[in-house]
Amino acid sequence: MTATATDLDVTAAPVPTAAPTSAKPSSYLTDGTTVRSWLLTTDHKRIALLYFVSVSFFLFLGGILALALRLEHLTPGPTIMSAYTYNRVFTLHGVIMVFLFLIPSIPATFGNFLLPIMIGAKDLAFPRINLLSWYIYLAGAALLIWAMINGGLDTGWTFYTPYSAHSPSAVVPAVLGVFIVGWSSILTGLNFIVSVHTLRARGLRLMKMPLFVWAIYSTSIIQVLATPVLGLSMVLVAIDAGLGWGIFDPSRGGDPVLFQHLFWFYSHPAVYIMILPAMGVVSEVIPTFARKVPYSYEAIAYSALGIAFTGFLTWGHHMFTAGISAVDAGAFGILSMMVAVFSAIKVFTWVATLYKGSISLTTPLAYVFVFLFLFVFGGMTGVAVASTSLDLHWHDTYFVVAHFHFIMVGGALTAFLAGLHYWFPKVTGRMYGERLGLVACVLVFAGFFVTFFPQFLLGNAGMPRRYYYYSPEHQPLHVISTIGALGLGAALLLILGYLGWALVYGEKAPDNPWGSRSYEWLTRSPPPTHNFDATPRFALGPYDYTRPDEDAHAHAEAPAQGHDHV
Amino acid sequence: MPAWLVKLLFLPVEASSIAAEVDALHATIITVTMVSSLAVFAATGWMVLRFRRRAPNVTTPHIVAKRSHEAGIALALLFLFCAFWVVGFRQYLTIEQPPDDARTVFVTARQWMWKFSYADGRSAEDVLVVPRGAAIKLAMTSRDVIHAFYVPAFRIKQDVVPGRYTTAWFRAEKAGTYPILCAEYCGTDHSAMRGEVRVLEPVDYARWLDDPSRDRSGEQDLVSRGRDVAVRRACVTCHSVGAGTTTTGPSWAGLYDSYVELRGGTRVLADEAYLTRSMMDPNADIVSGYQPVMPTYAGTLDASETAALVEYIESLREPRDPGVALPKVRAVETSSDGGTP
Ligand code: HEC
Ligand SMILES: [Cu+2]
Repeated sequence: MTATATDLDVTAAPVPTAAPTSAKPSSYLTDGTTVRSWLLTTDHKRIALLYFVSVSFFLFLGGILALALRLEHLTPGPTIMSAYTYNRVFTLHGVIMVFLFLIPSIPATFGNFLLPIMIGAKDLAFPRINLLSWYIYLAGAALLIWAMINGGLDTGWTFYTPYSAHSPSAVVPAVLGVFIVGWSSILTGLNFIVSVHTLRARGLRLMKMPLFVWAIYSTSIIQVLATPVLGLSMVLVAIDAGLGWGIFDPSRGGDPVLFQHLFWFYSHPAVYIMILPAMGVVSEVIPTFARKVPYSYEAIAYSALGIAFTGFLTWGHHMFTAGISAVDAGAFGILSMMVAVFSAIKVFTWVATLYKGSISLTTPLAYVFVFLFLFVFGGMTGVAVASTSLDLHWHDTYFVVAHFHFIMVGGALTAFLAGLHYWFPKVTGRMYGERLGLVACVLVFAGFFVTFFPQFLLGNAGMPRRYYYYSPEHQPLHVISTIGALGLGAALLLILGYLGWALVYGEKAPDNPWGSRSYEWLTRSPPPTHNFDATPRFALGPYDYTRPDEDAHAHAEAPAQGHDHV
Repeated sequence: MPAWLVKLLFLPVEASSIAAEVDALHATIITVTMVSSLAVFAATGWMVLRFRRRAPNVTTPHIVAKRSHEAGIALALLFLFCAFWVVGFRQYLTIEQPPDDARTVFVTARQWMWKFSYADGRSAEDVLVVPRGAAIKLAMTSRDVIHAFYVPAFRIKQDVVPGRYTTAWFRAEKAGTYPILCAEYCGTDHSAMRGEVRVLEPVDYARWLDDPSRDRSGEQDLVSRGRDVAVRRACVTCHSVGAGTTTTGPSWAGLYDSYVELRGGTRVLADEAYLTRSMMDPNADIVSGYQPVMPTYAGTLDASETAALVEYIESLREPRDPGVALPKVRAVETSSDGGTP
């Protein structure tokens, strides 16, 4: 690959903002430095950082648990923990990663930070509710952690009844914790939807919004419509486990399979809560680094909505073996294929965007390519499991574990890292080192692939998930997987290290280091508290690379008196 | 499927009648999707090289997809994925629908063991013995939480749910011993809930059947056990077991495997799941012409009593109208297979 560091310097040069003044202009980071000014802030950018710190903490915690699981599987029998502990560890790994990291990750951090800027607003529609949702998230998380210390949780993150009603572990506080976290997700989603509809700057039509906004918007719809169902089912589980009503317990007239319908009605769309924002990141990064108009803006925007809606109709594919009727199984199978069609359209559009572009392979773009590779792999295995008969062999085996980790880690986490590098200059005002960035990206990819690819084979071989003991012939694959996991862990620490370093010692970032046309780059790095010193004109689309930087910039300049004609 | 491909994909031996077909679909889908994905990646790699940035601040052409191209690609994808689905779903229907000649074995799962009860009254823990070549239908229920019956070598898996019966079937084609695993997480010893299927050659199976060394005292076959339970639990005060007699409840004669007309006009097949549900939740389906007076037995009948009653009712099947073969279209009509309303 070509060296890119030099390209960047040149790209950055012609952007003529950043008027060199003697006094350092104030930014959202310097407006108020007390702890109070952070904890009581209503600035969406600061709240985004609060979220960032919390979700990173939970990523770290969930990651430690994952490593513990992988180490346990170095041998077929007991290695470092008992079956009792193992069941608690995998449950917490799942609960933490899904509810405390993946679901809030991109929307609550990058979404929060960028959505108002991308629509030319000063903040979200309900800034105080935005802060409230962070506190609600913390409260739910605290309850979950409390449950984890007092009794643990051993139901799996799926809380299947009637096991969860009988489980000797701390089910009630844990599900209430999830219930509470759900509220935070609903409030965030609501805030985004209202902001998109009411706060767009003059001239910024819906079809002129950056695609990231479309992705976050679609995600928000799911959050608002599906999360209440999760909340409801969690409350019912709490009632069953705490008060013994037997709603899902057949020995008292309840129906355990009903729980699965309710649970997956949320938890399947939840996958799209995780992956749609990731797709939004990809849709931003590719045009910027290819300096190209997306091959089809409409296809990307509408397929996001399409995924959001069909995502609601596919929950039954988690239940092919649960004894649902053949008609149900068939319908859910084919509806699942629709999601694959929409996702594939996105992939084709992204790749086609590269054609005749001017491609600079920097760290964010490298992560996006990793995303593409892993996501396509994950998606295609999704098509395979949706082919109903194959699922009978794969369901609840490591094949499924590998499939959803390809989507959730290979997709969502990789895109999170892409976004982290892409917007790092905007958020912090500093540049990270490109060379280390690329090295870490390659390590993340290698670590990931070595961890999860063998798990497809384990699934083929018929190893069920959530197994403490496994048959010895599966050991080699497990050992490879564990080695990969250690590599992945090390790569993530490396990223933490150099980004932390860049935060303090990194070069000062220009306002638009990538020469992007997307609107967040029209403001300073880091942005002022109210996002823009003067509201720019949104005369050009967010992906207009048909004219040179200077020209594009002139079009975006805040209107001089007299010709505000957009 | 050729043995080397089975090995390459790390699949277990193909020991059931459906395994080869399922594996063939597996291999096809994996190959088609991986080859096309690789083509996409190759295109990406080529473009990254071909269109790498040579100068900063260049302008690029505005190339936008033609609607017809987009629609074409979407339709082609849809067609491809639907083709997979059609083949997969047809296989699924075969796997879900036991053939008429299948012999039934009752399976009771509980933390953390499997119990198999055969029609002749014998039962065994964790070991299921079947003859090669015969279709075996499993009528399964759980006594506590949800488990899943999984035999990787047969490529079948079915959740085993408390309070209802679910069914699975297989026809083993290779003699041998294959592990049975529990695939639905069920607590501390989930991964130790193992059993095995012993597939015997028909001659060995016959020998096993009348192995004189096995102690049969104390064994009572399920049917006579069911008859006792029906008397003890006073089912017979409301249900007759002969044809023609009118009582508070419908007669059990010829009930099994017939279509029952429910209040409201729907018809449902009286299979194991329906019979179990009638005992556990009698008001869910009211037989047309009867009052909803039957008490619920959920929680009072244990799984083995339920199995015995179901087997007893099955034994009362007599062709009501011998000579006329009723066509069966189960795949479409059966929704009593544990589907929730
Ligand atoms: C109080 C009288 C009464 C008793 C006792 C009773 N049943 Fe019933 N049963 C009925 C009535 C009335 C119906 C038809 C209405 C309905 O479907 O609920 C019925 C329906 C059924 C059916 C469905 C029959 C069909 O034709 O579809 C089954 C199976 C059944 N009962 C089994 C049992 C068993 C097993 C017991 C004992 C454990 C039992 N019943 C005890 C009154 C009774
Ligand atoms: Cu089990």
